[in-house]
Amino acid sequence: MTLEPLALTVTEITRRIKHSLESSFTSLVIQGEISNFKRHTSGHIYFTLKDEGAQLSAVVWRSRAHALTFQAEDGMKVVITGRLTLYEVRGAYQIEVSSIRLAGIGELQVAFEYLKRKLAAEGLFDPEHKKPLPYYPERIGIITSPTGAVLHDMLNILRRRFPAIEVIFRPATMQGAGAANDIVNGIDDLNRVGGIDVMIVGRGGGSIEDLWAFNDERVARAIFNSEVPVVSAVGHEIDFTIADFVADLRAPTPSAAAELVVRDRNAVLANVRDYWYTIHETMTTMLIHRKKHVRHLLQTYSFNKPIDLLRQYSQRVDELDRGLSSAMSHRLALLHSSSQSLHHRIAALDPALVLKRGYTMVLRGNEVVGSATELDTGDKIEIKFSDGVVPSKIL
Amino acid sequence: MTSKNPQKQTFEESLLRLEELVTKLEQGEVPLEDSIKMYEEGLTLSKACITKLTQAELKLKKLSKDIDGNFQFLDQEAE
Repeated sequence: MTLEPLALTVTEITRRIKHSLESSFTSLVIQGEISNFKRHTSGHIYFTLKDEGAQLSAVVWRSRAHALTFQAEDGMKVVITGRLTLYEVRGAYQIEVSSIRLAGIGELQVAFEYLKRKLAAEGLFDPEHKKPLPYYPERIGIITSPTGAVLHDMLNILRRRFPAIEVIFRPATMQGAGAANDIVNGIDDLNRVGGIDVMIVGRGGGSIEDLWAFNDERVARAIFNSEVPVVSAVGHEIDFTIADFVADLRAPTPSAAAELVVRDRNAVLANVRDYWYTIHETMTTMLIHRKKHVRHLLQTYSFNKPIDLLRQYSQRVDELDRGLSSAMSHRLALLHSSSQSLHHRIAALDPALVLKRGYTMVLRGNEVVGSATELDTGDKIEIKFSDGVVPSKIL
Repeated sequence: MTSKNPQKQTFEESLLRLEELVTKLEQGEVPLEDSIKMYEEGLTLSKACITKLTQAELKLKKLSKDIDGNFQFLDQEAE
């Protein structure tokens, strides 16, 4: 009688398989295509890795979710590393992913391109969303690392160019785990603190991994949603990040950002002095013109017409006066001379003068006897001589 | 834009007002009495701007939060 082999329980065989499987496939690098990509609310990520002939379940535990540096989606060709595990409850094996990268070209580059396309499609880079920078910010926010020369360099430039400002420095981690989060919070802080006219978010140059926080979707959205205009200032000139595209202004370096946010004090001073000069000049010129104008008015014909008329009248009066007096004196002279001649004539008629020449006058009573026929014999008359009267009688 | 106390205006407001005054005065259509007032305002504003530009020193403050999460500004010596 053959003994039946001892039956194993499902659990027992599953444990054996699990042990065998998990000890044999501890470090795998597998390439395939993503399908059924799902991010569970728990934070774990599930997908299926497949190729033309087979498929394999994959899981990324929440604790490893940051290993996914790009936005994974169905159809992407990836290379994953991990180990096989067996989920006893279902009797299913799966690969537990420890890292994942895009197959082919540099995964970060692809992730970058992917996010860039996605946000561009959403309109996050559109020029109409760019907020203008204030010309004369009085309060400037800076988010950067508390260590390193970046802050120092920016302050030097700000101090040299336009020191009439207040800088609110919000230190933040600029690379590695937590950097994106810290930057997002920093942008939020500078928005909430109030009175910030413009902010610079920046760091010095580095590898693409060092700069990666600036390619984080959360950072991009925080910049986009910021009420305060944001100037991105990442790395050296050749480095473009997603933050650069979404920022209101992209500065090639932190130092350049400091140059861009403030005017040059000397230029502004020159400007103000120009204004002062112009105001002064305009006013002086205006006053000179007004004075000239008044003077001109005083000399104009119409303004002077009344005076002129007056002068003319007065001249006329003078003339008339002169005329009058000369006419009068002429008249008087005439009168005078005619009265004189009358006088002479009258004087010539004086009988006394005739008597003096030897003539006599015959009077009868008080009347002059002008004719011999008036006299009769015996009339008593008086003969008047120049020196006396002789009573006489006609014979 | 009406004139405010130059002390209370932001630098940008002062400059904008100054530009406005210059433009108006240059156009020369302002009555004489008004232009004299504008002239005086302009001189005051430009003086205030120049003073601010030549005397101010950069103030640096570090933003941090107290235990209740309220913002604090810590004066920081310029490094």
